[in-house]
Order: sequence, then C-alpha cells, then structure tokens
Amino acid sequence: MTHELTVMAVFLGVIHSGIRLATPYLYAALGETFAQRSGVLNLGVEGIMLMGAFFGFFTVFQTGNLLLGVLAAAAIGIVMGLIMSVVSITFQAQQGISGIGLFMFGLGMSSLLFKTMLGTVEGINSFPELQVCLSESFCMADIPIIGDIFFGHSIMTYGAYLLVPISAWILNKTTWGLKIRSAGQNPEAADSLGVNVNAVRYASVTLGGALAGIAGASLSLSLLGIFQENMTNGIGFIAVALVYFGSWRPLGVLVGALLFSGVNALQLWAQVLGLPIPSNIAVMLPYVLTIVALALPFRRSLQPAALTKPFERGEN
Amino acid sequence: MRNMFYRYISDRTFEILLMFLAVLAAFLFGAVILLLQGVNPIEAYRAMIVGAFGSKSGWADTLVKSVPLMLVALGIAIAFRGGMINIGAEGQLIVGALLTTFVGIQLGDLLPGVLVIIIGLLAGAFMGGIWGAIPGYLKAQLGVNEILSTIMMNQIAIQIGYFLLRGPMIDPAELAAGTNIPHSARLPRSVDIPRFTDIANALGIRERASDLGLQGAMADIYGIFAEPTRLHSGFIFAVIMAVLVYIFLWRTTIGFRIRAVGLNPHASRYAGMNIKRNMVLSMTLSGAFAGLAGAVEILGLHHRMFEPTAVSAGYGFTGIVAALFGKLHPLGIIPSSVLFGGLLVGGDKMQRAMQIPQVLTTALLGLVVLFVVCTPYFVRKYHNKRVSMDIGPSDTDAAGAPAVPAAQEASA
Repeated sequence: MTHELTVMAVFLGVIHSGIRLATPYLYAALGETFAQRSGVLNLGVEGIMLMGAFFGFFTVFQTGNLLLGVLAAAAIGIVMGLIMSVVSITFQAQQGISGIGLFMFGLGMSSLLFKTMLGTVEGINSFPELQVCLSESFCMADIPIIGDIFFGHSIMTYGAYLLVPISAWILNKTTWGLKIRSAGQNPEAADSLGVNVNAVRYASVTLGGALAGIAGASLSLSLLGIFQENMTNGIGFIAVALVYFGSWRPLGVLVGALLFSGVNALQLWAQVLGLPIPSNIAVMLPYVLTIVALALPFRRSLQPAALTKPFERGEN
Repeated sequence: MRNMFYRYISDRTFEILLMFLAVLAAFLFGAVILLLQGVNPIEAYRAMIVGAFGSKSGWADTLVKSVPLMLVALGIAIAFRGGMINIGAEGQLIVGALLTTFVGIQLGDLLPGVLVIIIGLLAGAFMGGIWGAIPGYLKAQLGVNEILSTIMMNQIAIQIGYFLLRGPMIDPAELAAGTNIPHSARLPRSVDIPRFTDIANALGIRERASDLGLQGAMADIYGIFAEPTRLHSGFIFAVIMAVLVYIFLWRTTIGFRIRAVGLNPHASRYAGMNIKRNMVLSMTLSGAFAGLAGAVEILGLHHRMFEPTAVSAGYGFTGIVAALFGKLHPLGIIPSSVLFGGLLVGGDKMQRAMQIPQVLTTALLGLVVLFVVCTPYFVRKYHNKRVSMDIGPSDTDAAGAPAVPAAQEASA
C-alpha cells in the first residue's frame, strides 16, 4: 500500500513538474513561432531570455513589485528584438549568425550587469503558487490527482498555457496573423497585395523578443526565484528547436514543450529517487530526443518557405 | 568629394574599412557601459591592449589563445564556405579533446612521444569529424536544420565529457584521494607538444634577452621565442594548417566544389556536383578542425582533460567571430585569431587591473558579430553606387562579395 502510494506520488510529481518546467519553453517558443512564421529565424532567444531574467530579477529586487519585473523583462526583450530586427531585416544579415551574436551579447551583458549591480546571488519573493479556493476549507488543489497536477502553479505558468490558444487564434484567425503567415510564406505576393512585409517582420520579431524576455523572467521570478549567470543554460536554443518540432504551430509547440519538460522532470525525479541512471546520461536525453524529433520526416514541408530569407522590395 | 570617394576606394578596401568600423563601434558601446559603471574607458582599454600586446608574457598568452581560435575558425570557415552553418565547434572541440586524452594516456608509455602526438592529433580530428558529420548527414538526408542539431550536439558532448571524467576517465589519483574532481590523469610528459623555449633550447639558444643585452621590443620578441612561456609549437602547427586550408579550398577540386556549392547550390547541382555529399564533407572537415583544436589544447597546453566547458572555453563561439572577421579566408583568419586571442587575454588582464568583469569581452564579441554580419549589406550598396558612378546606371549587385556565401539558408 505504501509502495503504491509512493509510485502514485512520484507519478503525479513528475507530471506536476513537467507542466511547471514547460513555462519558459512555452513563452520563448511561442514568441519564436511568430518570428519564424514571419520569415525570421531568431537564434538570439537565449540571449534575450538571459537579459529578461536579469532585468526582471533586478527590478523586483529593487522594487519588490513582481508585475514591474515582468514588464521590465518584456521591455528589454523588445529592445533586443528590435536589435535583431534591424540587423536581420533592415541590413539583411545572415540570421543564423546574427542570432549567435545576439546570444553572446545577451550572455555577456547579463553576466556583466549581474556582477557589477548585484555581485552575489540574492533571493526574492517569487511568484507564489496560485491557490484557487471555492470555500475556506476547499481549495482546487485538494481535488485528488487533478488538483495535484493542474493546480498550485504560479500565475506565470498559467499565463504560458493561456498564450497557446491566443497565439493560435492570432496566427490563424486574425488579419494580422494572415499578414505574418504571408510574410513568411510568400513575401513577394504579400508585398504585391500591399502588406508591408518588413514592418510585419519587425513587429513579429519584436513580439517574439518581448515573449523571450518574459520567458527569462519566468525563470528568475517564478521557477527559481534567483538570478545566476547563464541560468538559461540552453533553454532558449531548445525553444527554437521546439518551433521546428511543433511544425510552426502553437499547439505543436505545446506538445513539444510538454514532451521536453516531461523528460526533464522524469530525469530530475530519477536523480531524486537515486535510480541507477548516470545523471549526465539522463541530462543528455532531452537533447538526443530533440535531434531525433527534428529528424522525423513528415514536417519538413510545413516550414515557412521564406524562413531566413531577407526581403527587399523589387529584388525579384 | 563624395564622388571621388566612391570612385577610388575599391570594394575590398571599403569592406576592410567597414570591418574595423564594426570593431570600433563595439568598443564605443563598451566605452559607454564602462562610463556608466564609473570606469574610465580609456584606462580600461589601455589595460586591455597593454595586457594583451604590451609585453612578452602578454604576447605569449595571446598567441597561446589564438591557437584553438585559429583551428576552430578554419573549420567554421570551411563549413560556411560550403553553405553550412556550424555552431557546434564547442562540442566538436570537447569530443576531440576527450579522445586525444584517452589515446595519449593509453599509448603514451608504449610508443615514442612524436608518434603518440601524431596519433593524438589524428584522434582528435577524427572524433571532431564524426561530431560534425552527424549534423551534416542529418541535414543532407533528413533535412534537419544543422544550426539546431549542432547546438544539441554541443550539449550532448558536454554531458558525455562529464560522464567520462567522473567515471571511466577520472584520474586514479583523485579516486585514491577521495576528492573525485572530474579530470583525467596527466598525459605522459613525452607527449607534450614542445614549447617554443624547448625548441630554442634544442637549437642551442639558451641565453636570456638580458644576457644578450637586448632591450625593449627586441627583448620582448626574443623573449617570446626563446624564454620560458606557455607558448607551444601548436601555434606554428595552426598557421601551417591555415595555409593548407587555403591551398585546399582554392587549389584543389574538392575545395573548389565545396566553395561552389556554398556559393550556388543550384548551379552546382546542374554542373553535376553531389550537393548532399558536399554537405557531409564540409561539416566533417569543419568538425575535424574543431576536434584538432581540442587535441592541440590537450597536448600543448593542459596536458589533461578537465571540465568540458572549461576546455572549450567558448572557443566555438569566439571562433565564429574570428572566422567572420577573417572574411572566411584561411589567411585572414591568422591575424584575426591573434586579434581576438588578444581580446580574450586583454579582457582577463583588464579584470585584474580594473575590476571590470571579463564577461564584458563576451558582450563585445557578440556586438562585433552583430556589426560584422551587417557589412555585406553596405558593401553591396556601396558597390552599386560606385559602379553606377563609373559606368552609369547598373543593377549589378552580385559583385559585392558577401561575407558569407549566398547559399546559406538555415534550412533546406
């Protein structure tokens, strides 16, 4: 009986952590979905996340206001997104390489600011676990199983999941979404129909930047409650891969993020439980999984046709 | 006046001018940050430049750092020339260093040192080559974006490194002492790549600069070559490699094919070239050079394998900067690697002298990349302007050679 309870608890724990850990992936990958759908591969997500994580953290550290922290993270994300836009849209730079430049800049800058402005790792009161209570004695988290899994996350986690249908709706049902898709699919045609391709791309990349900044904040303000140098540790790059994995669709991104964070949660729990899997091999697993997922053949044709191709009016 | 400017400065000169403007702009940005930190940027940059290029030991450290940068950048240039983007040099360097360490420890006491060094270098190149070939193959056969797969391969290499260094490859002395620091045993001294001073000694040069009465710059130059520093002959090896890569890319058929496919895959396919094989080939060679960098770092500098990310030390990314700044030209990569090697050393010296965190260098390098990737745009505009001044209206814009081959698309 005790044994069954433990298995159940671990199982629920893995799912709960998986849902929680997907938060930064979702923000970053959904933002990147907008950028890529408009035709821009922004590889600098990791750098933007680090800047967002730092600015968000620093703002909360100074003011104690979590909402201001998220706004600060979004603001620096917008600035970084604009830098990426200028370089890759206006000056038509190689996107794969300019993104690495943005990453290095964000990595260096966030570490520099951390070292000179904070110095040591500090803690803050991060976003609390949200308790939805129907009455004084009954909270949603008390519901067996469902409560354990779906309730008791922070508001930033719920925001990330809410963003999935919103993104899908914007991309598929609004005029602006149509413009984004056409800019990424056939910019010449879009241009001839009066869509300002580069303006649409600027907006999409900047929106993606804002969301990447918030993704960083979800790490430093919600999941961990601290800032550390290079704390994203590859999450931004995984987020870019999740967009490919999800076939450039918000729902696909959600599936990918859950799968990825689920494996991650499993890996963490395996270490907690002391299972005889070498931790390094376990940490490696999600990356191997990502490569395998990218190699699955059916989604290649779904890629936006003009992805990574700069657009100049009258060029063709 | 403007017309004369457009008329008389060639595209190439304009391009080089822009590249240096890019670095200058990055440093100006850094100066603003330093000012905001309350640091005098002139003093800080002075500490940086003097630290890297102002003394014998500064030059020696700079050249030591330029060795892995040069080899990595050569590899990255081969991939970029072939139309592939290799972001995976970090991982390729790590796996190369791992196999070289293994080979060195296993064979070091059995075979003559020179032979083991050669086998070790080949092992590093081989392992790095495999690490590059996998993304190349995945791209060619399954259309997997090589940028993403190489980034994943980096992480996998790091984890494999930690796994091996905590278990199978850990220094037995660490186990005996119970400290369990994840590093390998030291390689036998017979497989150390000789230092410059060893070579000088072998040639019978044993005097110090002061013994010879040399002073100033002459003493420094003499000292770099003949006095004990960390500078090892891997530097000569890297320079020779750069020349060989130049010959390979511009004087051999395979090299020509790689460049042709990079410039225009469609025309190359029409001309009967095997595009897919070229993808795998250029990525394999690219990885082999990064692996070679790992091998030379182990045999020439560290003599043992330790924390994977500390061994790769960001060379995979800094190598991209060095390759771009060298205009993806093997001979341009030589001075460019020395320059950025100096920047790394200078950043370190600046940290010690002025208490400015060294990570400023990383931010500056990122800015250099961001500025440099913009230069082809201006070169193209400039070219059109210049040509139209000379021969009237023209719509040519192909001649403004892009910094990166046109065919590079993040995904096929």
